[in-house]
Amino acid sequence: MIGLRVQAEDFNLAAEVDRLRAGRADIGAIVTFTGLVRDMADGAPLTAMTLEHYPGMVERQLAAICAEAEARWPLQGGTVIHRFGRLTPGDQIVLVATASAHRQAAFEAAMFIMDWLKTRAPFWKLEERGGDRHWVDARTSDDAAARRWRDPSAPGITRR
Amino acid sequence: MHLLYFAWVRERIGLDAEALAPPATVTTVADLLDWLGRRSAGHAEAFADRTRLRVAVDQIFADMSTPVASAREIAIFPPVTGG
Repeated sequence: MIGLRVQAEDFNLAAEVDRLRAGRADIGAIVTFTGLVRDMADGAPLTAMTLEHYPGMVERQLAAICAEAEARWPLQGGTVIHRFGRLTPGDQIVLVATASAHRQAAFEAAMFIMDWLKTRAPFWKLEERGGDRHWVDARTSDDAAARRWRDPSAPGITRR
Repeated sequence: MHLLYFAWVRERIGLDAEALAPPATVTTVADLLDWLGRRSAGHAEAFADRTRLRVAVDQIFADMSTPVASAREIAIFPPVTGG
């Protein structure tokens, strides 16, 4: 079961990994992805980034994304944490951790969850660059990254 | 019907939510956007380019032809940009 949290507070990667593997010896691989606020956006220095979200739907979408990952790969657990509110460069935004007996399932499932989260979880980024504010546009490359998991030859599909 | 607006849609309309009772002629998401667009200049501006909008009916992604008559909560927002 993948644990989900949507929160304003920061998270501790090491503590989350410890929590996943505590008291068990059947996990062979834990893959983690951490998304951070960069100090540059489209070539301009970034002052801050505010994450807005749709409470209720966001938890529902993340649960659906994680259920799909668990149906496609033999996972032994996982954690998804996404923050909201005003963040500054260097801050952590999102954590995806996946645990499995072997590395391939853990790697693929983590990538799948991130790709789907970016196109299906209702979060929006507002960038502040000095005095300017700017809502980030969705990227077509993110849509393409999510779409490739629909391909019949995509990793995880045959394990259904 | 409870309407929710997020990100620049919310800012252009100047509201994050409103409770409205659309007329019976509003049956789909497209009808609803037409009807809402006549409420104010901000609504009209926010809904001018539908290719830049996403809609969720009762927290499930919808398209322009999705029925809205029995919906409790409809959210209108830009394409998502989390992660």
